[in-house]
Parts: sequence; structure tokens; C-alpha cells
Amino acid sequence: MAFAHDMRRVRAIVWKDLASERRSKAGFNAVAFLGVLILLLFGFALGPDTEALRDAAAGALWLAILFAGVLAFNRSYQLELDGAALEPLLLYPAPRWTIFAGKFVANLLFVLLLELIIVPVAIVLFQVKSGAGWLPAIGVNLLGSVGFVALGTFYASMASRSRAREVLLPLLLFPMLVPVLLAATEASSSLLAGNPMRDAGAWAQLLAVFDVIFLVASFLAFDHVIEV
Amino acid sequence: MSTAIPIDTRRKTVTTAPAQSIEWLGIVALLAVMTAQVLGVLNSPPDRDMGHLQKIMYVHVPAAWNAFIAFFAVAIASLLYLWKGEERYDLVAASAAEVGTLFTGLTLALGSIWGRPTWGVWWTWDPRLTSTAVLFIVFVGYLALRSFVEDSDRRAQWSAAVGLLGALNVPIVYMSVKWWRTLHQMQSSPSTVDPEFVVGLRTNGVAILLVLIYFITKRYRAARMERAAEHLAERVALGGA
Repeated sequence: MAFAHDMRRVRAIVWKDLASERRSKAGFNAVAFLGVLILLLFGFALGPDTEALRDAAAGALWLAILFAGVLAFNRSYQLELDGAALEPLLLYPAPRWTIFAGKFVANLLFVLLLELIIVPVAIVLFQVKSGAGWLPAIGVNLLGSVGFVALGTFYASMASRSRAREVLLPLLLFPMLVPVLLAATEASSSLLAGNPMRDAGAWAQLLAVFDVIFLVASFLAFDHVIEV
Repeated sequence: MSTAIPIDTRRKTVTTAPAQSIEWLGIVALLAVMTAQVLGVLNSPPDRDMGHLQKIMYVHVPAAWNAFIAFFAVAIASLLYLWKGEERYDLVAASAAEVGTLFTGLTLALGSIWGRPTWGVWWTWDPRLTSTAVLFIVFVGYLALRSFVEDSDRRAQWSAAVGLLGALNVPIVYMSVKWWRTLHQMQSSPSTVDPEFVVGLRTNGVAILLVLIYFITKRYRAARMERAAEHLAERVALGGA
């Protein structure tokens, strides 16, 4: 029974975060536009050579997702802090992990929505051809996003409450994301090239393992960082 | 009947007990480093392929070993802090992280100097290099977090979590980059180098370990004094003696 109650709390936090995001819209629009802008800049930096663009597409896309998405995480706590709502949230008689789970799901939906906009743009700008079908590529995107959002939600719970939060979050988060970025980029670019080495599956499995490790670690650690 | 409620009994805070001087350890460490260089540089012949360039190994490899010892200490101290909540574990973690970051930087710089003439490049995307660089950045982030958070309980709690996750990340980064590409030669250890090099390598390992212990102890003392001063300032601000 207790678990069902916890799930209700998680749903309530997800709903609250997404509703405030939907009603303001300003945050999402700006972040999505920034993602598109980063893709354009990559295009300019890499030059107009179609082959070069196509080779770099997966890396550019993932970096655009990382750089744009990272802005969402601090926001998710900043809204609480602005309204002095984090303390009351902590006072509710519920396990702390429900707060993390709620923020995690809300941020994940935010990032997936962001990808829904910038992935098609990347496909057009970088003239990507579907090598091995779109379905596995979507799966890799999902896996990569889970790892990214788990760590992002966790580190933002600290960075958003410190001085210099704008620079502290990327500084803490991006080094931790190296394995996720590596596996996601390798799997994506292998899929886009038609999976010639048959290694996309192995990278995706590795990515799934990272997701599990980072999810468990951030769930456990969140209890300790949110209470102070 | 009212009983006094102890405020946060879990926290044991540090005090300023006058500490014994440890300068002798610094002197011993310095002498050990000098002896180790004499043993390493003078007693070993030039390497067949690398010539005298190989001498960099005597500091590069022990610095890497000791950096890992330091980060292991960070992980243990962070765990102990989360478990026991005693301030001294936080200060040990902070001191070890600082010295570990320094040694990691030294390892990277020396490796780069060695790599240029040997491999022909300053840098290469090999698993060991790359994961060492990531480790370096993770702990630079750790130190940045510490300097950006004023509240001491919060700083301790957060940096313990970040230190643990950072330590957890090291094998994961290593594994993922290893899949990606590999070039680094088998790392040098007493079992992979010629016996003539072993003495220099071992003595340097011990000498740099002494430097590590001296630095961490020194840094820990300073951190304790800083904390004690903060506690005093807090008490004065609260109107106490």
C-alpha cells in the first residue's frame, strides 16, 4: 500500500513540475531554440561538406542535447527555491526518493520533448540517412537521456542551491557524463551508418548498464544531499 | 519538566587541540625524494629504446599510484562521513582530494612531456590517459563545489556524495574508453620493468607516498584550524563566549 502512496506522490510532483513548465512555456521554448542554435553553430563550424557533416551528426546532436538540456535541471529546482517551496516539499511525510523520482521523470519528459524538436532538425541540417532504421535509434536516444537526466537531476539538487550555480552544474555534471556520452554517440553513429561493425547493440547494452548504475547511485545519494 | 534538546547530536565538531609539529615528516619526505632520485637516476642504465627519457617514469608512475591512494582515501573518508557524520572525515576527504588532484595533474603533465618524444604526440585518446584526465576534472569539480558552498554541514554532506560518485565513475570511464580505443603501453610496475629500474621505482614510490602523507596531514591541520575559526566566529555571532 505504501508503495502505491509513494507512486501517487511521484505523479503529483511530475504533474506539478510539468504544469508550471507548460503554463510558463518560456523555459522550454528558449531551451529548445538554444538546442537548434547549437546544431546550426556545429554546422557552421564543421563546414558545408556533406560527408563530414554526416559523420559528425551523432556527436553534434548529443552535445546539443547536453548543452541545451543542462539548462533544464537547475530550473527545476530554481522554481522551487523562488517560491520557497522546497522546504515544504521536504516536510511532507514521504520518503525523499519520491521527490527525486518526480523531478527525474519531469526532467526526462522535458528532455525527450526537447529531443523531439532538435532531432528532426539535426536530421535535416546534417543530411542524416537512416542507416539501420529509426526504431533502434529512438531506443538509444531514450537510454542516453535516462543516464543524462538521472545525473543532471542529482547534481542540480546541489548546484542550484550554491553560489555560481550556472557554472557549477556543468562542471560537476559533464565529467560524470563522459561514459554516457561516449556510449550514446558510438551507438547512434553506428546506427546512422547502417551498423556496419554490428557494435551498436553492444554500446546500447553498455549504455543501459551505465543508466542502471547512475540511477541507483543518484537515488541513494539524493537522500543525503537534499536534507541539508 | 523540560529537558534540553541537544542540537544535532550527530555532529561532532573539531576542536583546536594544539597539535604536535610534523615538520620532521616533511624533512624525511624531502630526503627520501632526493635519495630516490639518486638511486633511480644514477643507478639505472639508459633504457634501450627511450634512453634517459625513461627517468620520467620514476616520478610519473609513483605520482599516479599515490594519486589513486589519495582518491581512495577520499572515497573512504566520504563514506565514513555519511555514516558517522563526524567533521574530521570531511576534512580528511577535502585534504586528500586536494593533494590527489595535485598529483593527478603532475602525472598528466609528466606523461605528456614523456609522450611527446616517445609517441610523437603530447596527448592521445587512450583509456588510461583519458580516464586520468576525467578523474582530474571530476575532482576539480569537487574542489569547486567545496569553495562555492558556505554552509559547512551542507558542504560536507554534498562533497561526500560528489566524492563517492566521482570515485565510482573512475572504473566506468576507464571501461568505456577502453572499448573506444587503446594505445597506452602496459603500465610500468616493478614486475614489468628490468630489475635495474626496480630500485628507483620502489624507492620513489615510498618517497612520494611520504610526500603525500605529509601534504595531506599539513592540509588537514590547516583545514581543522579554519573550521575551528569558523566555529568560534559562529559562537561569537550567536552571543556566546
